Amino acid sequence: MMAHGYEPSDENTPGMEAAFKALTTFDYGKTSTRDGRTVREYKLVAMDTDVEIAKGITFPGWTFNGSIPGPTLRCTEGDILRIKFWNGSLHPHSIHFHGIHPTNMDGIEPVQPGSEFIYEFEAKPAGMHLYHCHIPPLSKHIHKGLYGNFIIDPVKPRKPARELNMVMNGYDLDLDGENEIYTVNGYAFAFQARPIEVKVGELVRVYLSNFTEFDLINSFHLHANLFHYYEVGADPDARPIYTDTVMQCQGQRGILEMVFPSPGKYMFHAHQSEFAELGWMGFFEAKG
Amino acid sequence: MQTKAVVDRLKPLKSKGIWGILPVVLLAIVIVLIANFGTGIKTESVAPIEVLDIPKIILTDEGFAVHVFNSGPEEVTIAQVLVNDAFWNAEFNPSPTMSRFGETEIKIPYGWVEGDPYEIKLITSNGLLFSGEVPVAAKTPEPSAARFGQYALIGFYVGVVPVGLGLLWFPFLRRFSNRGIQAILALTVGLLFFLVVDTLQEGLELGAEAPGVFQGTGLVWFGALLSFLFLLAMDQASERKGARSGKHVAYKIAGGIGLHNLGEGLAIGAAFATGEAALGTFLVIGFTLHNITEGVGIASPLLKEQPTWRTFLNLALLAGAPAIAGTWAGGFVFNDTLAALFFGIGAGAILQVIYVIGAMILREAKKSASPSMSWLNFVSLTAGILLMYATAMLVN
Ligand SMILES: [Cu+2]
Repeated sequence: MMAHGYEPSDENTPGMEAAFKALTTFDYGKTSTRDGRTVREYKLVAMDTDVEIAKGITFPGWTFNGSIPGPTLRCTEGDILRIKFWNGSLHPHSIHFHGIHPTNMDGIEPVQPGSEFIYEFEAKPAGMHLYHCHIPPLSKHIHKGLYGNFIIDPVKPRKPARELNMVMNGYDLDLDGENEIYTVNGYAFAFQARPIEVKVGELVRVYLSNFTEFDLINSFHLHANLFHYYEVGADPDARPIYTDTVMQCQGQRGILEMVFPSPGKYMFHAHQSEFAELGWMGFFEAKG
Repeated sequence: MQTKAVVDRLKPLKSKGIWGILPVVLLAIVIVLIANFGTGIKTESVAPIEVLDIPKIILTDEGFAVHVFNSGPEEVTIAQVLVNDAFWNAEFNPSPTMSRFGETEIKIPYGWVEGDPYEIKLITSNGLLFSGEVPVAAKTPEPSAARFGQYALIGFYVGVVPVGLGLLWFPFLRRFSNRGIQAILALTVGLLFFLVVDTLQEGLELGAEAPGVFQGTGLVWFGALLSFLFLLAMDQASERKGARSGKHVAYKIAGGIGLHNLGEGLAIGAAFATGEAALGTFLVIGFTLHNITEGVGIASPLLKEQPTWRTFLNLALLAGAPAIAGTWAGGFVFNDTLAALFFGIGAGAILQVIYVIGAMILREAKKSASPSMSWLNFVSLTAGILLMYATAMLVN
């Protein structure tokens, strides 16, 4: 007999694959040096892409490099960043980075379809930031999928850890201003059907951001364990909070650090039950 | 010799035959061209056209059984099922993919709570949403002998009993003068006029709920027009054979009202089937009170005749018993499309009766050389509408 509840499929569909890829892939760009400083060059292409957001459900997205969320850009404080942005979509877009940079590199000017713009600035301050399109109507351009995480590592590296990238978001299928599906890394129940494997005793670091449109906040709750939470992670002297639940407004982000004390499956999900049951739910599986 | 003659006669026929076939052939070519090359307007639709209808949701001890019907132009695949904003396990029989006009049944194991509302959302592979609602959760009654009997009894109370009681006014109505009888006929027209409007409205409401592809509201109008014309044709055919009796008219009224009462039965049965027992009981009381006036309408054409008890019994059954069939249909196999069609047919039938009684009034007025729309008749007609209006308020 079929169980009451929902058992997501663990089939490796394109959406599932994209979610796992986003979890552990960091784009460090193509490096070179200029006047003794590291220059990192990234390529971002805006395009109109149909993406799978839950088993069997296709969403007509606007993406950076074909996925929602876009690639996680990563660099070290003080690097010179050159982000070559080509707009291959049918609509004008831009890239607005969070952080400190000249205002003419702020990404509030539209880049027309079929044209290119190079954003160039120094990476600062260290911490966990974001990028997204900043063309009106903002809610449309963001909800459609044009966003991603942007990590600036401190010059003195953080402790070694197993590092994971997570972007919380939602999808409004019937365009009524409310989301029908909530996910982490773009695919509903990705990490519930196939838990994220970690080792008992190792430090796990999660770069968590919230890009959920239409809802005021989103949240992250961990079962059977607690974690240290560094809001933005820009201030090395800031004392983390020690908790099992954090909430983030849209655009808010932070770094979670946790150690799993013993083997088992540790559930994590949005503590808004509705979001959890609509796709934002998963497991860490700690192995001894 | 003989062969040649045949050939000669065929020749001109053959060439003329071409003019019969040519337009058809050319039309076929045009259609093929449009189908292959389009109309010149961008033919590919911007959004996928998917239309799913949910005609029925059954509640069992195990959960929900949702009947889905693909009434759109394209094949549709249901990718996920949500119950009250949560993804849920679902089993599809025969398949989550439905071809055009295809059907499927979705079994959802769910611990529903009696009296709670539920919304079941279906998400298609193109990300389109279709939802069905359970306004008040209650176990769907399974067809059983006891249920069958209970529904029959309800239909009997609502249909046969009040119509029969209304007919009991007959001896009282008989004491009226010629003008009084005219007035009662006018009253009947008023009652029936209200019923036509009411029946059409109910039908249109149901028709709007039916899958778009069946044009439910259209069915109401087609049904009304065709039943009106059909009964008119029957009438005119029998008229040639002999004069129409009052009994004949009474049967027609009873038949028209019977179809109307079938609709009332549908409403009651559907209310009980969807768990709205309070509404069902309310409808029973309202319709019962309302239907007593229908007896008066049926009796009015008989006032100058000597009907037997048997006639009255038959009339009460003809007008009232369809309520029983309606309650069964509403309770066990409710179907918006068919119900809309029945309402349309009912409205047409009642309309035709109005036409016949109107002619009777005209004839009576002519005989007594009084105005056909005398003040008395006008007041009676108004009273008929008001009487129905007042009793109908009990139901709404
Ligand atoms: Cu944009």
